[in-house]
Amino acid sequence: MLGFKFLGNTHVPHRKNTAAMPAVKMPPPKEVLLPMGGQIGAPSTPVVKAGDTVKVGQLVAEPAGYVSSAVHSPISGKVTKIEPYLCPNGKTVQAIRIQSDGEMTVSEEVVPPTVTDLDSFIEAVRKSGSIGLGGAGFPTAVKLDALKKGGIDTVVINAAECEPYITSDTRTMIDRIDAVKEGVLLFKSFAPTVTRIVFGIESNKAEAIASVREAMADVEGVCVTVLPSKYPQGAEKIIIHNTTGRIVPEGKLPADVGVIVINVSTLATIADYVKTGMPLVEKTLTLDGGAIANPMNVTVCVGTPIGEVIAFAGETKGEIGKVLYGGPMMGVPIRSLDEPVRKTTNAITVMTREESVKNDSTACIHCGRCVTACPMGLTPTAFSKALEIESKEDKVQRLEEYKINLCMECGCCSFVCPALRPLVQNNRLAKGVVREHHDHMKDKK
Amino acid sequence: MANNLIVSTSPHLHSGASTRKIMLDVLIALSPAAVMAVVLFGLKALLLIAISVCSAVLSEFVFNLITKKRQTIGDLSAAVTGLLLALTLPASTKWWQVMVGAVFAIVVVKCLFGGIGCNFANPAITARIFMLISFGTTVAGGTKTAFSELTAGATPLAAIKAGADATALPSLTDMLVGNRGGAIGETCAIALLVGFAYLLIKKVITWHTPVVFVGATFLLSLLFGGFDLTASVYHVLGGGLLIGAIFMATDYVTSPVTSWGKVVFAFGCALFTVIIRYFGSLPEGVSYAILLMNIISPYIEKLCAPKPLGAVSKKGGKA
Repeated sequence: MLGFKFLGNTHVPHRKNTAAMPAVKMPPPKEVLLPMGGQIGAPSTPVVKAGDTVKVGQLVAEPAGYVSSAVHSPISGKVTKIEPYLCPNGKTVQAIRIQSDGEMTVSEEVVPPTVTDLDSFIEAVRKSGSIGLGGAGFPTAVKLDALKKGGIDTVVINAAECEPYITSDTRTMIDRIDAVKEGVLLFKSFAPTVTRIVFGIESNKAEAIASVREAMADVEGVCVTVLPSKYPQGAEKIIIHNTTGRIVPEGKLPADVGVIVINVSTLATIADYVKTGMPLVEKTLTLDGGAIANPMNVTVCVGTPIGEVIAFAGETKGEIGKVLYGGPMMGVPIRSLDEPVRKTTNAITVMTREESVKNDSTACIHCGRCVTACPMGLTPTAFSKALEIESKEDKVQRLEEYKINLCMECGCCSFVCPALRPLVQNNRLAKGVVREHHDHMKDKK
Repeated sequence: MANNLIVSTSPHLHSGASTRKIMLDVLIALSPAAVMAVVLFGLKALLLIAISVCSAVLSEFVFNLITKKRQTIGDLSAAVTGLLLALTLPASTKWWQVMVGAVFAIVVVKCLFGGIGCNFANPAITARIFMLISFGTTVAGGTKTAFSELTAGATPLAAIKAGADATALPSLTDMLVGNRGGAIGETCAIALLVGFAYLLIKKVITWHTPVVFVGATFLLSLLFGGFDLTASVYHVLGGGLLIGAIFMATDYVTSPVTSWGKVVFAFGCALFTVIIRYFGSLPEGVSYAILLMNIISPYIEKLCAPKPLGAVSKKGGKA
């Protein structure tokens, strides 16, 4: 037994309606839109221009800096426009619009990379344009660079999939288990410091757990930790704690405690790239939610308009109110159904209008549910109270004292609040206040 | 396809918990005690409960109306306050006295401080103390139940304080069933414990405050009472300890949120209760003890704040 208590205790409904459904392949769309950013890191730089012809898997944008990723064309056709695109995070980046020629001709650039050692392995990952598919979209190669420095003894494969509805990782562990195993073997071959590879899977995925256990039976140093099916098991710091017992200190990275965390679908994608040379141009995602009549797992080209994916699934139930990139706990709502599927899109949640309307919040009754629910041990009510402090300096000081920077916006506090207080929203606001204050102080110096 | 999508911050899902549901659970948990109050003390008890609840709800309604605030009686917290107040009064309380008490609880203790969630002291307890001071002869002490063979309605604790020997006290069975002198809702230990179990099952409260409060009162009574086991048992069952520990010390607004905070808070309540009972001039101390602890609750909460995962203690001192 592990000598610690599992963190994360919020009973969020599972709604894994699609767990038994292998992904259906959706025909390629007529047009794709590829935003150059929107996740962590610098926006990529386009290397094509309007009028250029491109093929499937061809590089269309290269990393602009260290924490940045390559982008490849998911279809063959013509670049029609390079246009500004407003990301859900509020930043405007460039986006490449490509019109399909209907041929899906594969680029000659798509050749398996030569991987012989750690350096060439990481370089291959960099070329593949892999980013963390769990949500934040951190470039995988940058994460793996920590292996070069040494000191990494554990790789945690994040397969918790704790958000409601989403089963795309579950299907990866069942349908693409060979790729998952190849991914594990890549680490075993090229990362000699890694002595332990741990899969963290929530207990509600019996089939996936069995699949991984069976495939890994003959691989030494690989184990499965069955996590409680309580949100948020998949949060990086939580899964590190719950699989290894290690605590990532404030302001540090998992690598500082000898751990790298990789999403299981990212792992499979890397293995596929090393085998075929085909970069990340296709995404398997779960399409579900109150407004979806036929929930499904579907494999689509990156850049496909979300409206088309919803239409592919057929009828919707009731009026669509909200459409999310991701699940309902941390998902980001889209403004328009024309927005594209992104590399990080592991699910599209379509909510009815009734589900989408939030009731008015009432006074905090100090019940403490948010404090009990917070997996990071924070006091959400204290942040909201601190926000009301008049003096900016005092406000920032109080917010930092209560460790606002440790909030990962998992949503547990808002989820359990009986007064429907917008706690996560307040925390985001508070983080903004702190960031702004520090930027201001830096400018002054 | 419609394109007028709603955009809002995550999370997009809610547990369905609401203040109203919580308060309804508290009312349900109090109902066994309320029923027993009527059984033991007759229609007088029913009248007290009805007047108290109506006055509480009505005064909040009128206050919101006059001050042009959003109506809050729907959250049922005023009803809880009214019921709780009635249950802590003896049957001898006059109808107008309970009315004054309920209005005081809602208007002075709760609404004037900003309404639900903003009061620093428990409205029912503060109103009860206000009534004890104002209407001492009818509100202090207790009345005998309809089934009591004892002539006096004195509470067991008052009897102990007056130096009565064990033979003059109600039997243990009577104490559990509630056949003893006291406030209408505090005497039936079994009804209160049923309510406690309900609150635990519905996760409205945690075990910390009631268990520590009652447990510590028992142990401290043993200690201060020269290890007199019988007296300690009567200290647990004989006054307002159970209703106070289960329903009043657990009031969200006026007690700490963390488990350790609750333990400290409850221990403080127990300590003050026993000090008042043993060294003060009063037979009862639960209300005063809880009120005292209400006042220092914010400090306890600060001391017992949870430690964030991976937090580094001082700024600049990163490990």
